[in-house]
Amino acid sequence: MIALDEDRIMLRDSAREYLTDKSPVSELRRLRDTRDKDGFNRDLWRGMKDMGWTGILIDEANGGSDFGHVGMALVCEEMGRTLAASPFLSTAVMAATALRRGGSEEQKKKWLPAISEAKAIIALAVDEGRKHNPEGTALKAEMSGNAFRLNGDKTFVVDGHVADQIIVAARTEGEPGKKEGISLFLIDAKSPGISIERVVGVDSRNNARIKFENVHAAGTDALGEVGKGYALLENTLNAGRAGISAEMLGVAGESFDRTLAYLKERKQFGKFIGEFQALQHRAAHLFGELELLRSLVLSACVALDKNPAAAGLSVSAAKFKAAEVVKLAVSEAVQMFGGMGMTDEVDIGLFMKRARATQEFLGDAGFHADRFALAQKF
Amino acid sequence: MSLETFRQETREWLAQNCPPAMRKPSRGEPDICWGGRNWKFESDDQKIWLERMAARGWTVPMWPKEYGGGGLSREEEKILREEMRAIGARSPLESFGIWMLGPALLQFGNEAQKKEHLPKIARGEIRWCQGYSEPGAGSDLASLQTKAEDKGDHFLVNGQKIWTSYADKADWIFCLVRTDPAAPKHNGISFVLFDMATPGVSTKPILLISGKSPFCETFFDNVKVPKENLVGNLNEGWTIAKYLLTHERASIGAGGSLAGLRSLPAAAIKAVGRDQNGRLADPFIRNDIIRAEIDGYALLATVERYKAEAKAGQGVGSKSAILKYAGTELNKRRYETFMTIAGSDGLEWESERSEDGTLAREWLRTKANSIEGGTSEVMLGIVAKQILKLPGA
Repeated sequence: MIALDEDRIMLRDSAREYLTDKSPVSELRRLRDTRDKDGFNRDLWRGMKDMGWTGILIDEANGGSDFGHVGMALVCEEMGRTLAASPFLSTAVMAATALRRGGSEEQKKKWLPAISEAKAIIALAVDEGRKHNPEGTALKAEMSGNAFRLNGDKTFVVDGHVADQIIVAARTEGEPGKKEGISLFLIDAKSPGISIERVVGVDSRNNARIKFENVHAAGTDALGEVGKGYALLENTLNAGRAGISAEMLGVAGESFDRTLAYLKERKQFGKFIGEFQALQHRAAHLFGELELLRSLVLSACVALDKNPAAAGLSVSAAKFKAAEVVKLAVSEAVQMFGGMGMTDEVDIGLFMKRARATQEFLGDAGFHADRFALAQKF
Repeated sequence: MSLETFRQETREWLAQNCPPAMRKPSRGEPDICWGGRNWKFESDDQKIWLERMAARGWTVPMWPKEYGGGGLSREEEKILREEMRAIGARSPLESFGIWMLGPALLQFGNEAQKKEHLPKIARGEIRWCQGYSEPGAGSDLASLQTKAEDKGDHFLVNGQKIWTSYADKADWIFCLVRTDPAAPKHNGISFVLFDMATPGVSTKPILLISGKSPFCETFFDNVKVPKENLVGNLNEGWTIAKYLLTHERASIGAGGSLAGLRSLPAAAIKAVGRDQNGRLADPFIRNDIIRAEIDGYALLATVERYKAEAKAGQGVGSKSAILKYAGTELNKRRYETFMTIAGSDGLEWESERSEDGTLAREWLRTKANSIEGGTSEVMLGIVAKQILKLPGA
């Protein structure tokens, strides 16, 4: 385990300063209330490039800053604190990981610099049902000659509505439920046969339902080895899961900080409500849970930096705990804010909505609990 | 010496010097070597192991060599622990002297006190106990009433302590006493050391729900304590008490994160087996175990993180209260699950099969975890006040 060094503390502090300035929670309200067509601010995305974040997991040869997963997590946590909407997780974390670890030289040369430059948005299409289940991938990719024909439906494709490219998990052989026979393809979102329905979520963030009808994919569009894409998909998802766990730490931490401030300002029965031991102990318990979560997120990212293929256990531990803690944090926040917590005027409700979406994204607590146990052989 | 060389040499030394009997899994309490004047070694091997380790200063690897320690760096100490674990070597010596008094003396003791007491702790010659709680001073420890009156060359100590762990087996006690009854409660306390064989000291074991008596009531009736046995300044004992409590809390908490002698998944697999997909056959128990294991991971990672942060000069301070709270609550949960796994077997109290109710007794013992060294509620109060700065906490 590590303590943050000076470079990383600087990265965290600059991320906090930048996001508080450019993308405070009021920015999410603006996107929501103006029914923004993208659901995020493209200027912010370009700003993230200037900050060096878009290339945080990309090697320097391809224009990245290669700051690793610990650095990524620090940025994600700050994004959670201000509920900043951007394609960071889909593109700079997951697509960058898939391309870097599985892309052909040509794919890397073309797309990694494009991600670093914030010139491409690439979404990962994996879920097909209401629950995250990568092994259950059923979308078919049939080989015809040297190419493939894709048929099937994807759902909860984060940033799918604005994606230039889509990384799609498809089945080239075998039955849904099997790890073998899964392949990844990187295809143009405007390919004929693709229809994209934008979905605005409870958290005012956007994803898409995507239909693939006889979509053509060339042999060179395959990302990694055909039929053996599961390991690459896992690596990609694990980077995303660590990132979203860090964001959840930020969501939970910020709602806790706001609640704590409220406990010191709101008076009832002639006292600050923070003077009541019933609330003090709940606040202290929650603080402890946040500390435990912070350690798990950090340890997952240290594991990913060391050896991504062996990080699954720590990533699942982090995502499981993140789901539990963020749920507790926002529930306690709304309860302690009382009636005000139920109003749209106070931001707490926005944190609660985002918390709910992040719990579901890339596997809920039950999914990761099961994975954790299976990895430990029980 | 490079760390690699140190590891190599340590490995060779352990291979040659750790008796085979000391590499068998410890059964816990019955196999612990506590040392002390009246200690009866369970075997020659236990004695040899202690002597060999003590000669190298490795019963207290990080203490300075001049006081009987090994003078190892944090990294070297970690290597020693790893190499011991690799061959299943038992700890040669456990004691309150090592865990508590030693660190306090290194910090607050004068040279004469360090020279007198530390080597004896390192060699396992003197066994210490801790005189903190009193019948009227539990969570509110600073209200303690045991008084020490200034009689010129000595203090005269009168009063009663409770929950004194192993007082009936200890040789010396480190004790909090009131030296200024008129001062505000935190400012009239001093930290003194004395021999349990001093006239006027008596102990009485307390029978616990586990059927065991690790704790005692300890009585002081006109006990003469030489002035040179005062540690730190007069009436400033609370500073040392707080230091020790913080220390104690961190180690009690960390205990909850250790898989310890018992592994939940292993116990459960043995008891209920796996289904055809490799999952534990009882989903309810599986759920409990997953939560406990992940929290155990989280606690261990937090202990390590705090260590790394402290080393990097990033203050950790009152956060040990979190470890104490989370660790002890986790340990209680783990033992509830062990009992569920064991079913009616776990209820056996007097049978050979159950080794006289070992599990049931351990389960009952865990209930004290969230009381001793500061209750869970006291820990939450510390977090609320010192970290969260909540009003009136």
